[in-house]
Amino acid sequence: MEQLIDWAFIVGHVNYWLFIVLMMTGLYVVVARGNLVKKIVGLNIFQVSVFMLYISIGKITGGTAPIFPVDLTGHIEPDPSIVYSNPLPHVLILTAIVVGIATTSLGLALIVRIREAYDTIEEEDILKIEREMTAEDNKEYGAAMGGRA
Amino acid sequence: MAAEETHHVAKTFMDHLPVLQVVIPLFAAPIIVFIGKRSLAWPIAFAASAAAFVISCILLIQVLDGGFISYHVGGWAPPLGIEYRIDAANALVLALISGIGTVVLPYAYESVKAEIPKKNHTLFYACFMLCFTGLLGMVATGDAFNVFVFLEISSLSTYVLVAQGANHNKRALTAAYDYLIMGTIGATFFIIGLAMLYMATGTLNMADLADRIADEGTNRTIRAAFAFIVVGMGLKVAIYPLHHWLPNAYTFAPSAVSVFLAATATKAAIYVLLRFMFSVFNPSFVFEEWTLYIVFIPFSLLAMFAASFVAVFQTNIKRMLAYSSIAQIGYMLLGIAMLNATGLSATLVHLVNHGVTKAALFMGVGAMMLYSGSAFFNNLNGLGRKMPLTGAAMVASGLSLIGVPGTAGFISKWVLVQAAFENGWWIIAIAIMLSSLLAVIYVWRMFEVLYLTAPDPQSTAKEAPLAMLVPMWVLAIACIWFGFDTELTLGSARVAADGLLAGSAGMAH
Repeated sequence: MEQLIDWAFIVGHVNYWLFIVLMMTGLYVVVARGNLVKKIVGLNIFQVSVFMLYISIGKITGGTAPIFPVDLTGHIEPDPSIVYSNPLPHVLILTAIVVGIATTSLGLALIVRIREAYDTIEEEDILKIEREMTAEDNKEYGAAMGGRA
Repeated sequence: MAAEETHHVAKTFMDHLPVLQVVIPLFAAPIIVFIGKRSLAWPIAFAASAAAFVISCILLIQVLDGGFISYHVGGWAPPLGIEYRIDAANALVLALISGIGTVVLPYAYESVKAEIPKKNHTLFYACFMLCFTGLLGMVATGDAFNVFVFLEISSLSTYVLVAQGANHNKRALTAAYDYLIMGTIGATFFIIGLAMLYMATGTLNMADLADRIADEGTNRTIRAAFAFIVVGMGLKVAIYPLHHWLPNAYTFAPSAVSVFLAATATKAAIYVLLRFMFSVFNPSFVFEEWTLYIVFIPFSLLAMFAASFVAVFQTNIKRMLAYSSIAQIGYMLLGIAMLNATGLSATLVHLVNHGVTKAALFMGVGAMMLYSGSAFFNNLNGLGRKMPLTGAAMVASGLSLIGVPGTAGFISKWVLVQAAFENGWWIIAIAIMLSSLLAVIYVWRMFEVLYLTAPDPQSTAKEAPLAMLVPMWVLAIACIWFGFDTELTLGSARVAADGLLAGSAGMAH
């Protein structure tokens, strides 16, 4: 009879499980949290999970750092018996990390401006203020459909 | 230009054109910041975008015969090096983006002066250049990861540009924040899809990906990658249920930014979607499992009707145009879902025609906002009579938005209806006409406010400045011109559609 739980499969794919858990945690925080800063934190967790996915798929069993041995004359002699990890996903993720930092800093800068303009960083309070603004607009200009919230 | 001829190391200036049109605006941005003089920011930005426009026109002419140009960045040959690949499909979109950018800048000069604090002007133009670079780059590149990098360059600068509207209305800040959250989720979904593609194939070059997917056939990883890429890009395109960020971003952004975004940002994303669906994954893969019929047709019909219906009841003209944009994106998706050459060329032609039309309309609204202070219908009463030239440009482009014969909008809807009949989907053809009737209602509301109501006696409105009128009329005339002379738009769209439908064969080396 087949085993009910295939432990080899579960342990062998541990990086994917981690990726999925982190990704879902991040997405959940973005959706469920009302605090704008916490949303950015959730977004960060979400992005970092993808970095982990990329980095883990570059790993090759028994692979070492992809640095070719160079002798004193500068001559490169790769040893075919050595297995190297795949460096490309790591390089790609360097770019994605930079993008993630830029997104986070821009998001936080926007939050600073929102705090100055609305005096709060709680989504509920902001929505309330905006609903009032929309209601005032509607009083002045006639009701609109599909307004914010 | 034959394929063999272009596969040598770039030697002359002409060979470098594909990368130059991305690099020139990219370098213009830091130059603007380092010089730091407000008076020089605009001329540098304009020169860079005009150069990009000239280059993209040259490229479009070179690839109109159905060939392609492959440029190896840094001399590294693909699939390891990054490749820029120009064919009819992206040359057309490149020409649209760089053309709109070049036309928007003279308009922005006056509009930005009125809407954005003086100290931000230099950085505004730098940001505009970065956004421009990102859009051109994501369309020009033939490397899947490069698409992500340029997508993020354009998105990050777009969030900043949208937030500049905060001076006028603080809701621009939350609009930019919402856009940031959703845009980042979309872009991250996109790279998850790329990770899966890389796991399955071991390459990131689009042509190479296409070959390997065709060789290997499909498996679950590739299918999951497809789902992630379509959803991620769908957020950027604002496909109907994923459109939540769009109305606020378009409404509260500064006028010049609304014009540029409405005409280019979603269009570049649609191009990427097309490229991945048809060139990377081939059409038989996309359609044999019926995903597109099931997902795209209901959503595009919903977009056409629901978004148009919501647009009818808006009190703010910018928000009305934003909802109308969501509806028009529905037409483009419908063209994709038809899966015949006519439908795809309808999508590409509508992409260009709608970009031009919507840009002209947003320009008209922006010019009126100079005097009315807001884009609410009640504040625009009778302005069409006080600003006859602006009003006339808006009428011309408004007719094109409806799709009246003799305008650009008619051509794309006509081709779309033809495509529906080719498939025998006459119900869809009727739906296209019915939803156009909804467009008649909301465009008519605009005409009514502009011409048939009495102007506010205290209004100081006069004709818009020349720097705004000329770009507006260039686009309004283009709306009419493309309604009669379809050689350029429809001609290149047909070549592009054939190339896309050839699937991975169209990407062969």
